[in-house]
Amino acid sequence: MAHFTKKSKAKPEISTASLPDIIFMLLIFFMVTTVLREQEVQVRTILPQAEALTKIEQKRYVSYIWMGPEKLRGNAVGDTKVQIDDAVIDDLTNIRSIMYRKLTEQPRLIVSLRVDEESEMGIVTDVHGELRKAGTLRISYSSRRDISNM
Amino acid sequence: MGILAKKKKRAGAEIPTSSMADIAFLLLIFFLVTTTIDVDTGIGMTLPPEPDETTPPPPVADRNMLKILINAQGQVLLEDLPSSVAQIRNEVMTHVQNNGADARYSDSPGKAVVSIKTDRLTPYNLYIQTLDEVWMAYFEIWDTEARSMGFASYVEYRADLEDPSENEIRDKWPAQVSLAEPDPGN
Repeated sequence: MAHFTKKSKAKPEISTASLPDIIFMLLIFFMVTTVLREQEVQVRTILPQAEALTKIEQKRYVSYIWMGPEKLRGNAVGDTKVQIDDAVIDDLTNIRSIMYRKLTEQPRLIVSLRVDEESEMGIVTDVHGELRKAGTLRISYSSRRDISNM
Repeated sequence: MGILAKKKKRAGAEIPTSSMADIAFLLLIFFLVTTTIDVDTGIGMTLPPEPDETTPPPPVADRNMLKILINAQGQVLLEDLPSSVAQIRNEVMTHVQNNGADARYSDSPGKAVVSIKTDRLTPYNLYIQTLDEVWMAYFEIWDTEARSMGFASYVEYRADLEDPSENEIRDKWPAQVSLAEPDPGN
């Protein structure tokens, strides 16, 4: 009996020596997957609200086009501009060649139009025309979920 | 001799590693919080291909085409009648589900086309609302169809599909939303 109690008193301990390694692994995973900021958006895009939304799961197919009033110093906004990647496009006919090049790199390209809700259809129609000329026909009007109707 | 003694003492010293896990945890929590796995949501559309002069677009019978016109002032014209955004959903549903019953609406769901035309000065917000209503009409039709097949909703039916291209509901009720050609020189 004495022998039994002695044995139960021996404290079995879980080794914590590998704990930092496990945590570091997780840390490195999150550091690698974190995207701090992809692009500096130079135009204001407050997205419109909608209900009939679909998710774009395959993010690698997506290419963004921003449209909205240009952000100026302070809170002021200027004229409506179009931005692709990091550059503001002044001549809209350039969109054709840019998007065509992107389409050859990714044939299943989806163009996500992030248009400010206060824009007018004119510029959107112009971009549509350029996209049709480039052959990038799959588009998505990026919108937020309508909270008021839920 | 004194120096040597000091050296000997230091040889046994170790950096405490017990706090290592805490530091790593702190960093981990920072990255967990800052990571955003955001999914882009939006209304999907397929643009019509660039018009070809040699091959004109296929003719669509007038009754199969539901015309929605939004002008610069934000007024809605549904089949040439003044209307509002709120009425679009019901109108699209009657149009698609008509099956030739009413001469003003479509022959069959497969032939029904919804056409949206805008002006250069139409607010983009209104265009999205219109598009949203049109798509919601189709979603409601698909939901009804999915429920008759024993699913809770269309989303559940689609999640149940093995091959997304064999979507029976979408084959039966194809969503054909088209953007009208912009007026030249406008």
